[in-house]
Amino acid sequence: MSDSNVVAMLQGASRQFGQVRALDALDLTVRRGEVLAVLGPNGAGKTTAMALLLGLQTPDAGNATLFGQAPQRLDARRRIGAMLQTTAVPDTLQVGELIALFRSYYASDKNGQPRTVADITALAGVGDLLQRRYGKLSGGQQRRVQFALAIAGRVDILFLDEPTTGLDIDARTTMWKTIRTLVAEGCAVVLTTHYLEEAEALADRIAVLAQGRIVAEGSVDAIRARVAQRRIRCVSGIDTATIAQWPHVRSATRDGQRVEIVTEVAEPVVRQLLAADADVSELEIQRAGLADAFVEITREAA
Amino acid sequence: MNAIVDTPIQPTAAPHMLPAYLLEAKYEFLRVLRTPSFAFPTLMFPPLFYLLFGLLLNHGNVGAAHYLFATYSVFGVMAPSLFGFGVAIAIEREKGWLALKRVAPMPPGAYLLAKMAMAMLFAVIIFIVLAVMAMTLGGVRLAFMQWLTIGAVALAGVLPFCALGLMIGARANASAAPAFVNLIYLPMAFLSGLWMPLSMLPHVLTQIAPLWPAYHLAQLSLMAVGQVPASGIGGHLLWLVAFTAICFLIARRWLARAA
Repeated sequence: MSDSNVVAMLQGASRQFGQVRALDALDLTVRRGEVLAVLGPNGAGKTTAMALLLGLQTPDAGNATLFGQAPQRLDARRRIGAMLQTTAVPDTLQVGELIALFRSYYASDKNGQPRTVADITALAGVGDLLQRRYGKLSGGQQRRVQFALAIAGRVDILFLDEPTTGLDIDARTTMWKTIRTLVAEGCAVVLTTHYLEEAEALADRIAVLAQGRIVAEGSVDAIRARVAQRRIRCVSGIDTATIAQWPHVRSATRDGQRVEIVTEVAEPVVRQLLAADADVSELEIQRAGLADAFVEITREAA
Repeated sequence: MNAIVDTPIQPTAAPHMLPAYLLEAKYEFLRVLRTPSFAFPTLMFPPLFYLLFGLLLNHGNVGAAHYLFATYSVFGVMAPSLFGFGVAIAIEREKGWLALKRVAPMPPGAYLLAKMAMAMLFAVIIFIVLAVMAMTLGGVRLAFMQWLTIGAVALAGVLPFCALGLMIGARANASAAPAFVNLIYLPMAFLSGLWMPLSMLPHVLTQIAPLWPAYHLAQLSLMAVGQVPASGIGGHLLWLVAFTAICFLIARRWLARAA
């Protein structure tokens, strides 16, 4: 491997399920200490891409590597942790027992570095659950336990497949904080999520997948900038058909008293708006969020 | 390309691997212990069957009592191996627990060895219960070495059925696995002469009996009680080893694809 900073890589990876091409010659690189968010609509291939990197599936064409090795190798796996989307952990085992089991896996390799139980419970916020049976926990608590199992070792890369689905806001914020702590230690993270604010909060880089291909890749700002649009909202009596005729305006819609204008540049439109209606109130301007960009990008790709 | 069965099981795991092997076995044991709805019927079924059809239906025929004890000891080990492997692995595979363990650096073989140890523990318990019943209710009288030999055959008999169970668990989905296991378990017991001597079955069934692993185990067990002449041991062993290896290899292929 020429670049020693690369921890995980897909090169021209394809995967076919019957007639469905889940991944189509996908290239993806994850470097040391970076957070890569993989976004995309359902069925875009996010989970398949992760399964290839984790060695749970092998690509029909192309390559998947972890640290320049096949992902199935034990010495590659001791350096990764994962939280899968669907995992039914045995109901009858206690949380403390599950953590002990996964710590023993990381200790089973002579180079493996299990975290201490205290470290794991503090990072994952499961200290009060150790004596409880997994099956008796709420969905959010179970998700936290799965996170605890993912960080049972001091790993170089974490794979988190929709980690905060089902978590309340507190638990989600705690998990974000922990992820940032781990990244500060040099751990890379591959994250799939449906919560765009999660990608916005955590990711250094975003890859948008649609139909098994990458349709956009870059920093959060770069992705957001792909959609040069502003939303202007206000209360005004001006007819939306009139506004729609103004220069730079893409669309204007009315909901009761409120008007929403979509434009690529806000300033000339606001100037014209204030000139046309002295009674404009509750004026706000918003640049396109990641959500807008995401909708735009995946629509173009479809 | 399978983390669990791809790497050959090392008979002497490195010392740092030992805790993982032991914990895996311990938690497998606790898991089963805390699921009495699995453990209890699995442990009860063979003795109950033996009581009804091996003991109560057989009055005072000493030869038949010895025959049936030998064959029921084989019948007893089939269930924990087939159900413990076939059904449990199908469930853990389908629900993603196996995938998570495969992603974590679980030492190769720990998972299968833990399940095998459980199946053997069950087999030992069932064998002891059957032996006590045979001694007290069935009037079976054997030399110490004969008891030991039948016990050893039963214990070793866990292996081919674990391999067969693994094959089922690698392919069948969780809801179909119990049905598949029953479909194999009960007919094979009958066709291998575990419930009644093969000589009482139609000729064609006698002819095909050597196809079933349970038949070969039963023959070894019957040799130990002196019911059949002790010859051709090598052939039976060879067949059982080949059967185990083939099932294991097929299961490995299927497991690799089933992730």
